[in-house]
Amino acid sequence: MEKVLLKNIDNPDSADIGEYRKAGGYRSLPKALELEPKAIIEEVKKAGLRGRGGAGFPVAMKWTFASSDPKFPKYLLCNADEGEPGTFKDRPILEKNPHLLIEGMIISGYTLKAEYGYIYLRGEYPEAKHILDKAIAQAYENGFLGEKIAGKDVRFHLAVHQGAGAYICGEETALIESLEGDRGQPRIKPPFPVNVGAFSMPTVVNNVETLSNLPYIIEIGGEAYSKIGSPDCPGPKLYCVSGHIEKPGVYELPMGTILKDIIYTHCGGIKGGGKLKAVIPGGISTPVLPPDKLDCPMDFVNMPKHGSMLGSGAVIVMDESVCLVKVCYRALKFFEHESCGKCTPCREGTGWLRSILGRIEDGSGVDGDIELLLSVSGNIMGKTFCPLGDGAASVVQNFIKHFRPEFEDHIKNAGCSLKN
Amino acid sequence: MLSEAAIKEIEAIRAKYPTARAALLPAIYVAQREFGWLSPEAYEAVSDILGIPKAIARGVATFYAMYRHRPMGRNVVQLCTNVSCMILGAEKLVDFLKNRYSLEPGGTDPDGRFSLVIMECIGACGTAPAMLVNEDFYENLTEKYIEEILGKYK
Ligand SMILES: Cc1cc2nc3c(=O)[nH]c(=O)nc-3n(C[C@H](O)[C@H](O)[C@H](O)COP(=O)(O)O)c2cc1C
Ligand code: SF4
Repeated sequence: MEKVLLKNIDNPDSADIGEYRKAGGYRSLPKALELEPKAIIEEVKKAGLRGRGGAGFPVAMKWTFASSDPKFPKYLLCNADEGEPGTFKDRPILEKNPHLLIEGMIISGYTLKAEYGYIYLRGEYPEAKHILDKAIAQAYENGFLGEKIAGKDVRFHLAVHQGAGAYICGEETALIESLEGDRGQPRIKPPFPVNVGAFSMPTVVNNVETLSNLPYIIEIGGEAYSKIGSPDCPGPKLYCVSGHIEKPGVYELPMGTILKDIIYTHCGGIKGGGKLKAVIPGGISTPVLPPDKLDCPMDFVNMPKHGSMLGSGAVIVMDESVCLVKVCYRALKFFEHESCGKCTPCREGTGWLRSILGRIEDGSGVDGDIELLLSVSGNIMGKTFCPLGDGAASVVQNFIKHFRPEFEDHIKNAGCSLKN
Repeated sequence: MLSEAAIKEIEAIRAKYPTARAALLPAIYVAQREFGWLSPEAYEAVSDILGIPKAIARGVATFYAMYRHRPMGRNVVQLCTNVSCMILGAEKLVDFLKNRYSLEPGGTDPDGRFSLVIMECIGACGTAPAMLVNEDFYENLTEKYIEEILGKYK
């Protein structure tokens, strides 16, 4: 497959506007400006583009909602918070191909009649901040951003807004709160951001990878784009693979590539010829899978049918040296730390789960602890304000579902039988 | 007091947003850089320039983990211990920093040269274990490599 999102990134100067243009960049923008915004939404719909931030929401639908709201100004926000543990797929776009994202945002801004855009960038990517600031300045100098884009009566302004280390700010309404200068606590929906978002105006939030698909959709057309990868959920997809794997990294493959093939064909299999124990397929919030469940197409439609989710496409591979109780404990420590504290089941429940898992891991677990974990998880599931709480509960439920004997062993033998 | 340059910088940031309040997070970064941490003076300065009450500024800032809520060493070592880093040995590196540099998580060494902050995922999972020192990324860490890296920071 031709590389779209990671095109040209082996060129050490790929982040420079000159190199981007040499590789064909900024050619879709003038083409898009010749089209009516409605026609662009139509192309995106034909393309079947779904959001790459985790939920897989159809982009054309979100854009239609925002476009049909009569309020102005409208805002376009790029979600570059990339906080889901295991995820590092947006980073190569931000650091190596910033103009692809910027071109995608200008096209999207024009389509939505949004005149202001912000890239909400996680604080942990200081390098990307410098690169994006420079790329944005170059885009202004070249007349792609500002008051008269490419000489037309189109304006779009873009700036980077730097986060400060809060995973929950990746959730779109928390992101908006944080952009507005507040604590990053999610808002109740409805109203949805497409109607009442940033500064109470219609707002579209899309992921970095999502927006970076726009230039290519304009270039080849929605119809051709929809032929790439899964028919239900087409396009190129970035998979980021880490853990006990021979060749970790970010891979651009057709959406729907089989998980097993990602691991064994593209990434060279388990590190050092080790034996596979478990895979988290889409970032730490997605259900863990045992080795016999990897024949699943990695896309938003098929993964739920195979007991997990595509999430952010962050594949974490674990070999037999790994204690899964410990992984589960570490995950819950993360959720407890990142819970924004707004609602009780998540704020209190993540702490309880972490604490029970901690005692099982260190050998002081007692009979009934597994049932207690399931009971606490069940009391979180479906009862929280935003999906962070559900994610935490489902992590515990799925580790127990697939690896219960390992939890039981820890309790029976007062600790972990693995050495590490 | 903020320097002239910092005031200009905050004013330029302010111009990018429809409200002064939206400039709060980035302005806090500027003040933190000027004062070294979010001291009472830092809040005072941000509050004055944006016209936002100090209590609000503090209430917002304390939500976020990456601001410096207390004085820190000259260099901040930010080591990830989340799952991808953990399964590739990040915890041993925490022990190493403790033994070799007297650095406890959340603490500062006796010379004030380094502070250690344990991070949630920093997006370097493919090259784990990883850390940031100030704004610099370091990946595929080993004990030996950490010694080499930290030698560069005074
Ligand atoms: C707890 C939580 C964290 C999230 N973190 C991110 C993130 O880091 N990046 C992202 O793009 N979306 C994240 N999302 C999803 C966003 O809420 C939103 O759905 C997404 O940005 C929409 O863009 P898309 O349609 O292009 O995927 C998160 C959601 C939740 C509930
Ligand atoms: S589920 Fe957790 S993170 Fe989400 S609103 Fe409730 S407390 Fe906050």
